[in-house]
Amino acid sequence: MNYTYVLIPVLPLIAFAINIILGRNIIQDRAHLVAIPAVGGAFVLSVFALIDVINGNIYNFDVYSWISSGDFKVSVGFLIDQLTAIMLIVVTSISLLVHIYSVGYMHGDKGYYRFFSYLSLFTFSMLMLVLSNNLLQLYFGWEAVGLCSYFLIGFWYEKKSAADAGKKAFIVNRFGDFGFGLGVILIFLVIGSIHYSDIFNKVGGLQGQVISLFGYDVDLITLIALLLFCGAVGKSAQIPLHMWLPDAMEGPTPVSALIHAATMVTAGVFMVARFNPLFSLSETAMMVVALTGACTSLFAATIALVQNDIKRIIAYSTVSQLGYMFLACGVGAYGAGIFHLFTHAYFKALLFLGAGSVMHAMAGELDIQKMGGLKKYMPVTYWTFLIASLSIAGIPGLAGFFSKDEILWLAYNSGAIGKIVWMIGSIVAGLTAFYSFRIIFLAFHGKFRGTHEQEHHLHESPKSMTIPLIILAIGAVSAGWLGVPEILGGNNAIGHFFEPLLGHPKVTATHSEEIQVMAMSVIIAVFGISLAWFLYMFKPIIPKLLAHWFKNIYKILWNKYYIDEIYEYLFVKSTFWMSRSVLIAVTDSKIIEGVVNGVPQKIADLGDFLRKLQTGHLQHYGIGMALGLFTVFTLVLILSR
Amino acid sequence: MNNQLGIPILSILIFLPIAGAFVVALLNREKEGLIKGITLTVTIANFFISIPLFTSFDKTTAMMQFVEIAYWIPSWGVKYFLGIDGISVLFILLSTLLSILCVTISWHSVEKKVKEFYSAILLIEGSMIGVFCSLDLFLFYIFWEAMLIPMYLLIGVWGGPNRIYAAIKFFLYTLIGSLLMLLGIILLYIFGGRTFDVLEIMKVNYPFGLQMLLFWAFFAAFAVKVPMFPVHTWLPDAHTEAPTAGSVILAGILIKMGAYGFLRFSLPLFPEASLALSPAMMILSVIAIIYGGIICLGQTDLKRLIAYSSVSHMGFVTLGIFALNMQGIEGGILQMINHGIVTGALFLSVGVVYDRTHSRQIADYGGLATVMPVFSAFFMVFTLASVGLPGTNGFVGEFLILVGAFTASKPIAVFSATGIIIGAAYMLMLYQKVFFLEKSSKIMKIPDMDRRELLTLLPLLILVFWIGIYPNTFISFMDESVKALLERIYNSQMTNLDISNILEGKK
Repeated sequence: MNYTYVLIPVLPLIAFAINIILGRNIIQDRAHLVAIPAVGGAFVLSVFALIDVINGNIYNFDVYSWISSGDFKVSVGFLIDQLTAIMLIVVTSISLLVHIYSVGYMHGDKGYYRFFSYLSLFTFSMLMLVLSNNLLQLYFGWEAVGLCSYFLIGFWYEKKSAADAGKKAFIVNRFGDFGFGLGVILIFLVIGSIHYSDIFNKVGGLQGQVISLFGYDVDLITLIALLLFCGAVGKSAQIPLHMWLPDAMEGPTPVSALIHAATMVTAGVFMVARFNPLFSLSETAMMVVALTGACTSLFAATIALVQNDIKRIIAYSTVSQLGYMFLACGVGAYGAGIFHLFTHAYFKALLFLGAGSVMHAMAGELDIQKMGGLKKYMPVTYWTFLIASLSIAGIPGLAGFFSKDEILWLAYNSGAIGKIVWMIGSIVAGLTAFYSFRIIFLAFHGKFRGTHEQEHHLHESPKSMTIPLIILAIGAVSAGWLGVPEILGGNNAIGHFFEPLLGHPKVTATHSEEIQVMAMSVIIAVFGISLAWFLYMFKPIIPKLLAHWFKNIYKILWNKYYIDEIYEYLFVKSTFWMSRSVLIAVTDSKIIEGVVNGVPQKIADLGDFLRKLQTGHLQHYGIGMALGLFTVFTLVLILSR
Repeated sequence: MNNQLGIPILSILIFLPIAGAFVVALLNREKEGLIKGITLTVTIANFFISIPLFTSFDKTTAMMQFVEIAYWIPSWGVKYFLGIDGISVLFILLSTLLSILCVTISWHSVEKKVKEFYSAILLIEGSMIGVFCSLDLFLFYIFWEAMLIPMYLLIGVWGGPNRIYAAIKFFLYTLIGSLLMLLGIILLYIFGGRTFDVLEIMKVNYPFGLQMLLFWAFFAAFAVKVPMFPVHTWLPDAHTEAPTAGSVILAGILIKMGAYGFLRFSLPLFPEASLALSPAMMILSVIAIIYGGIICLGQTDLKRLIAYSSVSHMGFVTLGIFALNMQGIEGGILQMINHGIVTGALFLSVGVVYDRTHSRQIADYGGLATVMPVFSAFFMVFTLASVGLPGTNGFVGEFLILVGAFTASKPIAVFSATGIIIGAAYMLMLYQKVFFLEKSSKIMKIPDMDRRELLTLLPLLILVFWIGIYPNTFISFMDESVKALLERIYNSQMTNLDISNILEGKK
């Protein structure tokens, strides 16, 4: 059976090849007829793979030798274990739903075939990433999903903001990849292989070793872990490389759901969980992961409080939730992190697709201040959006509750750092509930605040869009039931499923503490929702007053802590200045040409002389060459005597 | 040493184009169709003749293959000695392939002195193949210099408005470098037992001081060709002014000859000097990577930008070579091939749009993706290969080089890896300004690629993915030769003989 699984990524690749070559002239607006069956097939095979893994089969095989140079050897190969199987389900199921949704959403776009080509290419790349059994193929998938993200963010490339956002995403990610690539090379140097099985077998032996870098002795494992984590920080939009993700919302909304919420951005979390045998050996690295995650989740949640662009709010929410997942990994709760990745994929994809449905009705309007009362025009969108919001807010019974609770509980259990990140996590839970329901109340309740024209056109979206919403809503409720904790009468099935691979942190606190932690997070969530209701439904004047009273804080949050502006000056402007005003204007043209070679003037002089010689006839140059050769011969003759 | 085919295939590869050049030169200049037809036939024939090198190559040996040897000027020890190994074989294939593409891309764009143009192309092809298979220093030098003249003409006669300046600059830089190498060759001849035979010379271990002296002499020629920082400034001018075919040959083959020279001559002939100077060379390479990359960001001219990007990419090549280990050198050789393919393709692509708009200014473009969708897709692939995206050829070479560099020196590898960030920045900036955004008024009604242009770029597109997905086809050619080269470098002992013994030819 195992080689059949090679088809999982290959099917979307074939769809891509067909659409990109034949799409423009022949297939055109039938592109989905190629793409959907392919990803559907991949989904079915993924289900088989999951069943296979549940039955205890783990596959690890090489397909062919990719690069072989001296002792550096790496294959294209697949590893299908618990972690991969879950990721396969997440990727193919969300991808399939997004494909179906896009039939309606992208209908009539002149780049229709291009859109579906890129979606297929993305699905292929993401599957290669999660299926890889070695670091270099992971890196291939890693860069290839980044490329598709670049294509799809800049899908409407005539728009400068879209083209800019795509470019920004690619380049910011390259900063992370810079570290990641060095990490891969370092692993090769110390272990002699970059295949997972070799790495995990030998990594224990590296404990306590140090490596000298720029004159400092650094703990080897910590250095490797942090270099790899650089890549995760870029891909999963964590501080300080987070700013590309909100801009990525320039892309079509189905893309935001698939790539920038459910799958690609979680690749960093996936990678850290995959490398848990390595990360767990370095306390420093774990602390960095936990704190980066916690800080990012708080930081992004505060920005989300004041934004008005519906997609950007959800984007910051994604950054924040990704922080949550890293927080989990950082305290050793890899299983909980992946569980949250799994539930998050469904409710966050649902939020984005719901937002897309709203935009579809509002002719592209994104400002929630200009919406209101949409509930009665688009009931399916409203109810599904509400379910997703309840889920992300952590209301008991829904998916988000179980995974978030698992993370907070395990964080609470793990030492001093754990307590700090638990506290941050709890605050973020409240903020999350608040901003999620701020959208609900401002967009779906109250009176419509848009133009008359917009109001006239309000409508529910077509079936191809609402059906995926409904299916995702089911997922946003039930995905969590895989991990109902023992204390609530469940058996934490997903936790046990992952245990052989990702382990399970020791729990030292008591049952009553577990109930308290759980109760507290529920109370915080309800409080957040109530506050949103109070501020935006009951006393809508208060938010405006707050913004007025705390003008400075509001301005900082509104401007996203000015991070973009700071980077612009620090990196972008200064590099361009260096290029134009130093290297081109001075170094190249004055110093190198003028001082070192003194050439330009001599050339001018010689040019006058040579111009007279230049006749354009080949035979004259032939004579020149003969003369040159004669000189060579003579020189040899003289010198060798 | 053997010649498995039993026919002088290398001589045919060298002299068929040269003979073709003379035939073309003798034709009536009115018969442009015939001139082009003969040139195209010759280049295609030469490509097919070169294929047996690929298929019959014995990958299990580091020995010279397809060898031809004859005494040419016996009294001086000058031999007509040709042969190739795993280091040179791929360059010959690249040369024969790119020559065809240079002809097809120039089909309509060269209008003046057609006859001379195509003879020059053929002369260049013959001499550049000669460079890659000469195993006699004297013969090598002749081909090395012979290449210079038609190249100089290509820039000076068929180039852009500032062509005379660029051509002379190119000529002077390379000539000065070559003359120093000539002195080096003569010294080697004297100290190496009165022979120009590279394999013979290689058997001698020279005293360290002499090695250093000779290394710098050869360095002068090779560094200018590569070009390494700080002798790179001729390249942007030459590229910018050269006609498309000229740029393709420059980027694809000519600048490879410098790096090839290091591998063929500097490393095996002066192993201890190479080892001693490896850190210095690596530092120069890193400077080239970063300097060349950042300077690209400020460019406003398409061809100038790609030219500077060559400086950066060739920095990676020399970095790999002077890492002096398996991955570094194999990555370096592969990256030379890659750079020939990708930068060759980028210059061909610029030629495609230049033929339509007659502008090289980036600011004149914009929105090309809407007007020329097929072309845009091709250019995107070459852009991605240039930034080293995994799955394309650029990644494999760059990654192996970084592995090699990291093994040799961690700080240097860290600095050079910043090149991948800068590379993405300038290439994507270029792509955005030319292909994305609103349609510029100057490109409103231009047609997409025609069949000739498509067929010109297609082979390179295929190679981008072939090397990206299955590079072992190409890397496997190098294994034995690179292994032998490294053995030669690391096993060389300081010679016990003093210089007077060598002078008298005692070994």
